[in-house]
Amino acid sequence: MSIHFAGLRKSFGSKKVLRGFTLSVRDGETAAILGPSGSGKSVLLKHVVRLLRPDSGSVEVDGVQVQALDGGGLAVLRRRIGYVFQFAALFDSMTIAENAGMGLRQLPDWTPGQIRDRARECLALVGLHGMEDRYPSELSGGQRKRAGVARAIAASPKYLLYDEPTTGLDPVTTTSIDRLILRMRDELGVTGLVVTHDMTSALRVADRITLLHEGKAAFTGAPGEVRASRDPILRGFVDGDPELYFSTEGA
Amino acid sequence: MLDFLLRPLAAAGRGAVIGLAATGRAWLLIGGTVRALGNARTWGPHLLPQMARIGVASVPIALFIAVFAGVVMALQASYALTGAIPRYFVGTLVGKVMILELGPVLTGLTLAGRVGAKISAELGTMRVTEQIDALETLGYDPLAYLAAPRMLAGTLMFPAVVLLSVAVGVASGWFAAIQLLDMSSHEFAKGLRLFFDTWDVWFAVIKSVSFGAVVTGAGCFFGLHARGGAEGVGAAATRAVVAASMVILVLDAFWAAVLL
Repeated sequence: MSIHFAGLRKSFGSKKVLRGFTLSVRDGETAAILGPSGSGKSVLLKHVVRLLRPDSGSVEVDGVQVQALDGGGLAVLRRRIGYVFQFAALFDSMTIAENAGMGLRQLPDWTPGQIRDRARECLALVGLHGMEDRYPSELSGGQRKRAGVARAIAASPKYLLYDEPTTGLDPVTTTSIDRLILRMRDELGVTGLVVTHDMTSALRVADRITLLHEGKAAFTGAPGEVRASRDPILRGFVDGDPELYFSTEGA
Repeated sequence: MLDFLLRPLAAAGRGAVIGLAATGRAWLLIGGTVRALGNARTWGPHLLPQMARIGVASVPIALFIAVFAGVVMALQASYALTGAIPRYFVGTLVGKVMILELGPVLTGLTLAGRVGAKISAELGTMRVTEQIDALETLGYDPLAYLAAPRMLAGTLMFPAVVLLSVAVGVASGWFAAIQLLDMSSHEFAKGLRLFFDTWDVWFAVIKSVSFGAVVTGAGCFFGLHARGGAEGVGAAATRAVVAASMVILVLDAFWAAVLL
């Protein structure tokens, strides 16, 4: 197994966000973590690249505990992981080609010409050919997400983490982003971890879906199992029934 | 009754904890930035552009203030000394006060507003839009990429801007003396040379180096710790300017006590 969360706990002040979250993401699959806004999905993702450290529990990537890594080890780990941010987090003073090549500038053996070519290649892969010299402010929401994916895949990562990839997008753009996530899995062979509250999108892109409820994994199963499940917490979320979702004790 | 006594104590305790935590974070920033100076491959390409933005772009406002400071200094010195002390002491006062105090402190306070607010707002916006998180996931050390070139540029460029301000302030004082006070250039220059000491210039340089580090350091510190959208960025910029201005005045007294 490639990414493993074990009993992860995280609080901010008196607010307990994660209360012993456990999940294993297998090599080559795309896993989705579902949950309502504010349930701790982004917090989970940030632990994988150590933008946050857990209060207790651990995150392992390829068998290595992320929180135990020193500076050099962390840099190596981050090179294997591409992170697509919720609002893209593109560097607004740079063109999207410069954004896409940003991670490569830190790596030895990459010449400026090679970085430029790789950035163009990645932008073309996500459907932004011909827009290399545009600035993030000149792009639509969907194009920004695509540029964020291009930046994340430029260093050929083994893992791609998507933080709410379809939030704020119209249904057509949402479908195109979902297809992009599937292409990343199929064409590049990356292991994907998607956190989202978009049920339709999760059912479309994920090999397995986990529901985050009260800081724990309340349900994990394939999309077909999610559709068929009578689990009250899952049904509460899938059917958009807050009384059922919030009144049910965590599993 | 007990509650009435304990409440202020609890508030003072909370304030002390917050203050200690902020001090700890400030030292972490300083330590991390000094360590990041070893990573010249990351900050090196950004040093010259930052020197231009922090130093060269600040010259017009710094000189504008220096011109009027020099004129006012000459007129007020003449007013204060009339009838008691020879008039060439106008040159002495203008030189001494511009070099020792007005040049470094006025420039420092002005640049605390211009440079401190700019850095804080820039980094604060990057923080709240997750651009700094993005930098980290791409393998960058934000202190090496963002803080080190700015703090280094501020430390190098503040003395240059201050010395330029001093020169312009003295020149404008001289101009005011000959145009408005009917003094001769010879008189003014005589007073200027009378108690001139090269050490005074070094004193101004040392002060302005420390002011440059403080202003850019405060901008980086409050920007990197900004939270919560546009309001948080605005608050960070305000805190950076206020904190830098206060520390400049404290340092001003400190250097005077230690070095003079």
